[in-house]
Amino acid sequence: MSGIPHDHYEPKSRGEKWVESRLPIIGLIYGTIMIPTPKNLNWMWIWGIVLAFCLVLQIVTGIVLAMHYTPHVDLAFASLEHIMRDVNGGHMLRYVHTNGASLFFIAVYAHIFRGLYYGSYKTPREITWIIGMLIFVLMMATGFMGYVLPWGQMSFWGATVITGLFGAIPFVGDALQTWLLGGPAVDNATLNRFFSLHYLLPFVIAALVIVHIWAFHTTGNSNPTGVEVRRTSKAEAEKDTLPFWPYFVMKDLFALAVILVVFWAVVGFMPNYLGHPDNYIEANPLVTPSHIVPEWYFLPFYAILRAFTSEVWVVQIASFLTGGIIDAKFFGVLAMFGAIIVIALAPWLDTSSTRSGRYRPMFKWWFALLVIDFFVLMWLGAMPAEEPYASFALIGSAYWFAYFLVILPLLGVIEKPATPPATIEDDFDAHYAPNVGGTKTLPDTNPAE
Amino acid sequence: MFKKTAIGAVLAIALAPAAALAAEGEQHVEDFAFSFEGPFGTYDQNQLQRGLQVYTEVCAACHGLQYVPLRALADDGGPSMTDDQVRAYSAEMFEVFDEELDDYRPAIPTDHFPANTAAGAPDLSMMAKARAGFHGPYGLGLNQLFKGIGGAEYIASLLTGYTGEEKEEAGALFYENTAFPGGWISMAPPLFDEQVEYADGHANDVRAMSEDVSAFLMWAAEPKMMARKQAGFIGVVFLTILSVLLYLTNKRLWAPFKGRKTD
Repeated sequence: MSGIPHDHYEPKSRGEKWVESRLPIIGLIYGTIMIPTPKNLNWMWIWGIVLAFCLVLQIVTGIVLAMHYTPHVDLAFASLEHIMRDVNGGHMLRYVHTNGASLFFIAVYAHIFRGLYYGSYKTPREITWIIGMLIFVLMMATGFMGYVLPWGQMSFWGATVITGLFGAIPFVGDALQTWLLGGPAVDNATLNRFFSLHYLLPFVIAALVIVHIWAFHTTGNSNPTGVEVRRTSKAEAEKDTLPFWPYFVMKDLFALAVILVVFWAVVGFMPNYLGHPDNYIEANPLVTPSHIVPEWYFLPFYAILRAFTSEVWVVQIASFLTGGIIDAKFFGVLAMFGAIIVIALAPWLDTSSTRSGRYRPMFKWWFALLVIDFFVLMWLGAMPAEEPYASFALIGSAYWFAYFLVILPLLGVIEKPATPPATIEDDFDAHYAPNVGGTKTLPDTNPAE
Repeated sequence: MFKKTAIGAVLAIALAPAAALAAEGEQHVEDFAFSFEGPFGTYDQNQLQRGLQVYTEVCAACHGLQYVPLRALADDGGPSMTDDQVRAYSAEMFEVFDEELDDYRPAIPTDHFPANTAAGAPDLSMMAKARAGFHGPYGLGLNQLFKGIGGAEYIASLLTGYTGEEKEEAGALFYENTAFPGGWISMAPPLFDEQVEYADGHANDVRAMSEDVSAFLMWAAEPKMMARKQAGFIGVVFLTILSVLLYLTNKRLWAPFKGRKTD
């Protein structure tokens, strides 16, 4: 599968030959897990495994939860309490699933920001990047619909606010919203279809994950230097890489275990910390909570959504130019989706020929500011829509767009990047020496040779 | 640089979320010291039983507990009453409507505590998880990270937070309360000193009874807390050991390539 020169699987035993000549699946698995991987990958390259783990964790816990859950407005809330009180281990399953969503998003944001810093999105990995962004959007949809299922106050009012976004689309908005909800308001039809889709989408994500992996196994992994693995000969490629199994599997598993220590501590000791108390009150269409907040992982984009009020001159101009078709509400919706689309467009907005941020002296600072901006927006998304938060949110949103639409294109022209090492091998050798002398920990043979 | 960013990121994620009810006004939630706080905190059986008594004799007049099965009173990690005690308590204290009989009958342990909407009072099953303490400072949720979500503290603060002031609005009486959002609550002060006679001779002033019933309601909302914390502790220990083993495995695996650089 990989374009990097390496040894391919040769069936040896009769059984292997029998299978392989009919379905080359052993070769496919071999090629996938033995893929030559840049040996200088750092600890930010572990999030992929964490994400794969999260997907499996969420699907497995989710399937069991679905066995005990009732998607009906009169019964859903009670069925959650049935899971929490009567189902064996149900309270752990449920807390693992809810906090699993948080781990999933922590991992995906770390994964995305890693890609943004090290320029992983740049040619030839644009398709990997685009598929990844599709997965991210589907994750958000799945997470949002999953949060509706407990049918608490935040479930109901969150669903009302978010589906209301579609109602902001000019001309077709109302019809679209009604079609999405299956009625004039969030009700039983909505809950049922959200349950159905919440069950379906993870499998769509799983399929896209396979395509995501297929794509980057074709181009090879990116790495902290941004220098490509040499493909001119197998000997050179092997100086830049080590096989994924066992070297990176073990490294990733170690990182995953450390992350799971923290995750399990959260599940065991403070499972409701990331949730919202109002969701322990059954949904009531007649009582609006004093402060509707989405889950933490939506907050940065929620802040961008709310930032563009009718007092902002950009909104007023847009409204004037379109004859009022784009009002403040629709502008906010466009901004929120736009904030995600600009990330997806990064491969074409970044004009720098140097891939890794490590060798880009100016980029580093703008990127650091983007990370800070992300967290400030997250904080602002949870604050009430009033001064001074509204102004901060506007500044934060403006920077988000400026980073992708102005700073990335300009930096490629005005910045003087440092020179990256010529090869991955050079980068690796600058940090480590081959182990000579001392205790031999492994037999002399280098599996990569 | 990225490492620092990542650490900052993890921190901020830990701090950012529960920044919810920031705008609730000058609500004051006192930090009661409950036995179930922290990773190793456990319920105090005696306190839960006293709290059950307060609930039964006072709160149950208006508030239901519809999601809590009576049999749970005999579960480990709860009030841990005996089966006989639960049977007697259920039959004596509550009547439930039986659809098969088409009539009321004394409750049995497999029934839930009855719902009670007579006075328009909220159900208390999940009240200790549906309310929260202080989310600050600046909506960062730091306080809750160290002191817990604060639902039980909220309930105890509410029960002890009456100032004695009353006002009438639109024909209804409101009572000033320092813990209630907005400061005026329609529930009359439910507890007064020595209202409930504890069998164990424990103090029965308003403050003591408030703490007891809050602890009981915390258990009602989170009956599996002790099992959960135990699973959490065991999991953390085992995963830590696994991490150490994987660290050593990984280090040894990479040793031929990652020798210490001498020059």
